[in-house]
Amino acid sequence: MRRDASPQPWEARVNYAFDFEPVWRGLPDLLLGCIGTLGLALGGMVIAIVIGIGGVVLRDSRFRPLRWLVMAFVEAIRNTPFLVQIYFIFFALPLAGVKLSPTLTAVIALGVNGGAYAIEIIRGGVESINKGQIETGLALGLHKSEVFRFIVLKPALRAIYPSLTSQFVFLTLTTSIASAVSAYELTYVAKRIESDSFRSFEVYGTVMLMYLVMSWLIMLILNSFSARYFNYPVK
Amino acid sequence: MGKGEYLFLLKGLQWTLILSAAGFVCGMLGGLAAALVRTSGKQYLERLAAAYIGLFQGTPLLLQLFVVYYGLALYGIRLDAWVAVSIGFTLHASAYLGEIWRGAIEAVPRGQTEAALALGLGYMSRMRDIILPQALRISLPATIGFLVQLIKGTSLAAFVGFTELSRAGSMVSNQIFKPLIVFGIVGAMYFAICWPLSLLGARLERQFAASAR
Repeated sequence: MRRDASPQPWEARVNYAFDFEPVWRGLPDLLLGCIGTLGLALGGMVIAIVIGIGGVVLRDSRFRPLRWLVMAFVEAIRNTPFLVQIYFIFFALPLAGVKLSPTLTAVIALGVNGGAYAIEIIRGGVESINKGQIETGLALGLHKSEVFRFIVLKPALRAIYPSLTSQFVFLTLTTSIASAVSAYELTYVAKRIESDSFRSFEVYGTVMLMYLVMSWLIMLILNSFSARYFNYPVK
Repeated sequence: MGKGEYLFLLKGLQWTLILSAAGFVCGMLGGLAAALVRTSGKQYLERLAAAYIGLFQGTPLLLQLFVVYYGLALYGIRLDAWVAVSIGFTLHASAYLGEIWRGAIEAVPRGQTEAALALGLGYMSRMRDIILPQALRISLPATIGFLVQLIKGTSLAAFVGFTELSRAGSMVSNQIFKPLIVFGIVGAMYFAICWPLSLLGARLERQFAASAR
């Protein structure tokens, strides 16, 4: 089974001369693509966290079918490829009467995908809270909202922060797949430059390094944030 | 969806399984090497392995496939498309498994290494008989988790025109104009393979957690 659309890449090119000129010329477009990628990831992550919190609440609901629905959603998303999910959503939304641009469709698909993982992460955080501490807080005369803020929310956030950070990086990498529905992001821009110039290796090599820099920057920023806000002692 | 379409999807499924198996088996060899180099104690070697792992964990699998696929072509290496893609998955899997197993090797209590050294065991015997069997046990849930991730990842071979399950799905969907049904079935096929593995991984994790207590 071989590629059929574009020319066969498997021809001997022993004396290949690298040419980064198309990459250089396309640099402004590529940088815009980086912004597109970060936007997709950020939008997807916001939706994912909303789904994650909602999912955890529904998961503890007394209405059993609702609990099963949440669990089925988590398992279905976590055990199928994102490519299939984005295709499905891409074709399902117009049938449901929702007409969105490919980029917005990709944000929703990323959010749905990330949401399933966020449910698991947030559930872990909620379960990590010691019930005795809540009772202690109430017994010490703290208001319910204070108990929630200082005894439930902040420790839970700290517990899940590292997982959410790596989930965000992973989501950023996943955005490259959104080029399948021609959402505006870095890989989509790269594909356009590649098909104009046929400098596949140079273009994709450069873009791969751009992703590397982006995931480093995200890690750096999010880790320095957590060092500032979650810096109280553990025990 | 007629019989012909189902058979076409099953053919795609077969290629998905072949790609996953090739990437995972070769990736286990590469991952073992990466994990051993990463824990070798030689600083420059450890840095080299860390850089390799960091590169593949910090970039999208799709771009890795592109670079390997078009990069091999540059050097005039003539390969079947499925071999070229498998090399991409192998490099990807080697980095992830290398990182998982590095963690597992470091999670084996230090006393085990010290006892083996005190008994005069050489590096090979120490690793093969003492450290790696314990590390394997520790790493099993995460390894299975990564296998699921890899099986899902093989769908990206569709981007370089390789007809595995996802691309077979797109082709059928373009022919019969029933994308929801086709991608629903394709999703169900992936689910049928990945879910049992996920359940197995979760069960092993619970068992280990219980026995560690």
